[in-house]
Amino acid sequence: MENIRRIDAGIPEDRVRADDAGAQDICLEVSDLNLYYGEAQALDNINLRIPRRRVSAFIGPSGCGKSTLLRCFNRMNDLVDSVRIEGSIRLDGENIYAPAVQVARLRQRVGMVFQKPNPFPKSIYENVAYGLRLQGIKSRRTLDEVVEKALRGAALWDEVKSRLHQNALGMSGGQQQRLVIARAIAVEPEVLLLDEPASALDPISTLKIEELIDELKEKYTIVIVTHNMQQAARVSDYTAFMYMGRMIEHDSTNKIFTNPSEKMTEDYITGRYG
Amino acid sequence: MENLNIGQHISRRYNEELEDIRNRVLAMGGLVEQQIQGAMESLEKRDAAIATAIIENDYQVNAMEVSIDEECNNVLARRQPAASDLRLIVAVIKTITDLERIGDEAERIARMASRLAGQEHAARLFTQIHNLGQHVRGMVHGALDAFAHLDTDKAVEIWSEDRRVDSEYDSLMRELMTYMMEDPRSIPSILQAMFAARAIERIGDRATNICEYVIYLVKGKDVRHTRVDQQSEE
Repeated sequence: MENIRRIDAGIPEDRVRADDAGAQDICLEVSDLNLYYGEAQALDNINLRIPRRRVSAFIGPSGCGKSTLLRCFNRMNDLVDSVRIEGSIRLDGENIYAPAVQVARLRQRVGMVFQKPNPFPKSIYENVAYGLRLQGIKSRRTLDEVVEKALRGAALWDEVKSRLHQNALGMSGGQQQRLVIARAIAVEPEVLLLDEPASALDPISTLKIEELIDELKEKYTIVIVTHNMQQAARVSDYTAFMYMGRMIEHDSTNKIFTNPSEKMTEDYITGRYG
Repeated sequence: MENLNIGQHISRRYNEELEDIRNRVLAMGGLVEQQIQGAMESLEKRDAAIATAIIENDYQVNAMEVSIDEECNNVLARRQPAASDLRLIVAVIKTITDLERIGDEAERIARMASRLAGQEHAARLFTQIHNLGQHVRGMVHGALDAFAHLDTDKAVEIWSEDRRVDSEYDSLMRELMTYMMEDPRSIPSILQAMFAARAIERIGDRATNICEYVIYLVKGKDVRHTRVDQQSEE
């Protein structure tokens, strides 16, 4: 019916929400990205813009390439022998795959947290101070300040302030994961990459991590990979759905979870067979 | 998403739950249509017995609203529906509210009918009320049909119909006022007829609400508080 078509035409299909003016500030820009593991193509012509100080979530079935894409943002895939990457990823406008880029410096700007908490077998204090010591900072006062600030930032300070010098491996899984986040933010990155940060945690620890993500987005651009769609719906501002190495749909989380444009997205998030 | 389908979830139980909710909405709609039909009949025949039966039957409509609402709450709590599933649940919760109110209007019409029972001079009032009633009952039927088949063309058709009901209602009001001026003794019964006509007109409004939910369910677009002519301008 004609009226309905007019209704369709009346609503702009902008990729970035009109009401989210701050999202015009793009932190990471992926252009024509292809990635191959040997002969196998894992990412197929990805184009994506990730807004600054927002949470972007990547969802999709196992093997869809979402973790691979996440690892491209701090060049973790460089560690894989057979990998070949085409295209570009710009962080604040500079291609992170340009030859002059120092990878260690890049990884300081783009921190990463993995599925399983991986604290070093050292004290809580030394875990957080580790990155700073690598940078050659020795001042006890500076270290104390940064450790406290990072632990507060990771919503962990009150739980551990009386036992900073005990071994980090004695903490609970949820605490360890927040410690790892504290370690990542201690070096003041711009971007935090979270690869299934809560999938090994109990529901309460998961909620604490999600609460933390909500606080951290005031200062950092956050990209999270998650299998838990409700988690993506809860924490993210933007959601990207990937399937078989391709970016199927990228839009505001509200749009994706109430009225996605692509049938494949719809089938995936509603639990239908694709 | 145009090709909306309720089935095909990996969880078969989830398919069944959504299908069950949808069927119960349609059953509730069928009951409400019967209530309208009965209320109109009681009005036309000024038959107190039919009117009483309609009034007493309203609890069934209410009970269905409560139980469908509960089932929707369970799905929200347990399944965290998204996208078209979410829109289905939201549309159902709103639709059954309007259906319940339509049931209340039918009950109201039946009450007017029982007050008019046995008053012979009221007869000539009812040709136009009858037409209005049939028109509106057709709208409710059409809205439920659009809901059953997820048919937005049909929903828009019914939605546009409401303007015609409104103008029929206006001309009915003018006619009833003329009768009142002609014969002041008839004012008490004409007032009852006016209240009944008002209830019928409200049923039309609620049928258009249901059409709006169908459009929301299928297209994901909220068309409330827009008019057909506004849409045409855009």
